[in-house]
Amino acid sequence: MLQIDHLTTAKAKVSLDNVSFLFEAGNIYTILGRTGAGKTELLRALMGLNPLINGDIKLDKENITKRPIRDRNMSLVYQQFINYPHLSVLDNVAFPLRRQGKKKAQAQALASTMLTTVGLGDFLHRRPSQLSGGQQQRVALARAMVKQSRILMLDEPLANLDYKLREQLREEFPRLVADNQESVILYTTTEPREAMELGNTMIVMHDGEIIASGPPADLFAHPPTKDTASVISDPPISFISGFVRDQVLYFGEGQLAPSEGLQLPPDGPVTIALRPDAIEPGGAFTAKIGLSEFSGSQTIIHLDFDFGRAIMMVEGIETFKSGDNLSISIQAEQMMLFAPDGRNITLRDN
Amino acid sequence: MNKFYHTLKTLFLLGWSIFVVFPFLWALSTSFKDANAITSGATYIPWVDFEPSTQGWTSLFTNGSQGINIVGPFIDSAAVTLIASLVSLILGTLAAYGLSRFEYRLGFVKNADITFFFISQRIMPPIVLAIPFFLMLKELGALDTIFGLVLVYVALLLPIAVWVMTDFFAGIPKELDEMAMTDGCSPIGAFFRVILPNSVPGLVVAGMFCLIFGWNDFFFAFTLTFTETQLLPVSIVSLNSSVTPWWSLSAFALISVAPLALVAIVVERYMSRGTMSGAIR
Repeated sequence: MLQIDHLTTAKAKVSLDNVSFLFEAGNIYTILGRTGAGKTELLRALMGLNPLINGDIKLDKENITKRPIRDRNMSLVYQQFINYPHLSVLDNVAFPLRRQGKKKAQAQALASTMLTTVGLGDFLHRRPSQLSGGQQQRVALARAMVKQSRILMLDEPLANLDYKLREQLREEFPRLVADNQESVILYTTTEPREAMELGNTMIVMHDGEIIASGPPADLFAHPPTKDTASVISDPPISFISGFVRDQVLYFGEGQLAPSEGLQLPPDGPVTIALRPDAIEPGGAFTAKIGLSEFSGSQTIIHLDFDFGRAIMMVEGIETFKSGDNLSISIQAEQMMLFAPDGRNITLRDN
Repeated sequence: MNKFYHTLKTLFLLGWSIFVVFPFLWALSTSFKDANAITSGATYIPWVDFEPSTQGWTSLFTNGSQGINIVGPFIDSAAVTLIASLVSLILGTLAAYGLSRFEYRLGFVKNADITFFFISQRIMPPIVLAIPFFLMLKELGALDTIFGLVLVYVALLLPIAVWVMTDFFAGIPKELDEMAMTDGCSPIGAFFRVILPNSVPGLVVAGMFCLIFGWNDFFFAFTLTFTETQLLPVSIVSLNSSVTPWWSLSAFALISVAPLALVAIVVERYMSRGTMSGAIR
């Protein structure tokens, strides 16, 4: 169990601001946030690489805030595949075990087993520079895991890999870390899909703070704040300004009555959040097509309304001409409403 | 077009090689001549153009009017250069690592200023330092000693080592040190176990610079020694008399260049190796 209380780092471009959380062993926590949200800062602060100006880190109730880096019982995999260039793949993975005081033969035997687990059993005596990017990251992963640390931290480990390798390692990840049941695994990413796929618990960070946490599906369905909704939505969620008056929702020239699957809050300004699946072709609204792009088997269309911009997604590859008008409908049951202070105030009929 | 460039490149390299190697061949040829062969016009090939003589070489190992024994100066030069280079490399590497990894601040003085302070030692002309060094060594009783010269040479070579190594360490990602510490090393352990083994090219370059500057220095070797200690560059001057012994001078020149050339040939492969490849992507 890892407990962090009020972690705060010195003011900088990215800094932590009073971050507290309780991490349970055996869980995979995916930390999602945009670049500069403070994810790496949090991992580095936990590791002792970035100094704290306030806060405590407790591992199994023991305060380790002041412990030297090497005594923290933590492992870190960097976004850049960092390996020791002067050592073979086998010695790279044996390196932390040797520092733990294990005999060379024992360390190499354990390292060899770990390298076989990550699929590098045939590359033991190569240098990291002789491996592909994906293999180099596997070496880094093996070196982090072989220590059996209580805390295994992975800082965007797939970010520098090409798409195919990323998909492959993402699929393999649960198997690779399966042996680390006693560990707390922290995995940072900027990709909502990755965060939701890999984590038991998703933590959303923004501006150096944890702004939401919980099971990925729940967070996606009911983001507690506008910032959370923004961070966890991919393709991007669209926000439109509107207001409620006499139980009717107005936005630009459009309006929606409460009978359409959405309960409306009391009169006042609101921010309407539209995920791409909340907009469908054909309907009462007219939008101008801004940009149309293909994403795998889907087409993403950027729309300009009189009340703002939004993104629509349709299955299949469709050709839309930029500048044309398109009639669309908005699914009220897919809509979310946020108060001016950013709170989610969506109320469904059910 | 490619063939044309290839031919042009080959011709240029050939020309350049001749330009570089020719003085050595000339010196080698001259070292086997005697006074007659030297004054009878340009000759190149022994036994064909002139009758070779070993006088130039034997005179370097003879005491007295026939020559000068260079074994003593050679050993002195080697000792001073090696010790001073080694000390400078050790101190310079440690200083450079500190400057590249930790932030120092003393008033307005920061890391860049400290680095410049080191380099600035090489900016001023040596003559400025001659008298202070002379007086300091005199106070220490270290004039005309190997110890005194080592002290002075360390002061002269340290800036070179700091300069080269600071630049080299700046190219090694800090994440490598951090990774070593997360893997169980202390900061000093990270330096010795990870950073230093990956710094061989930098160490070789810095070491070569130290050796070259130390080995070739004439000025301080001349001003700070008298009779007890003599370095090669000074003893070569003492060969000169009313008749310049070109044969001995040529042999001497080849002997003085040989150690550095040998070292350069041995360490060249370490200089060109990109050891950081595979460290970080």
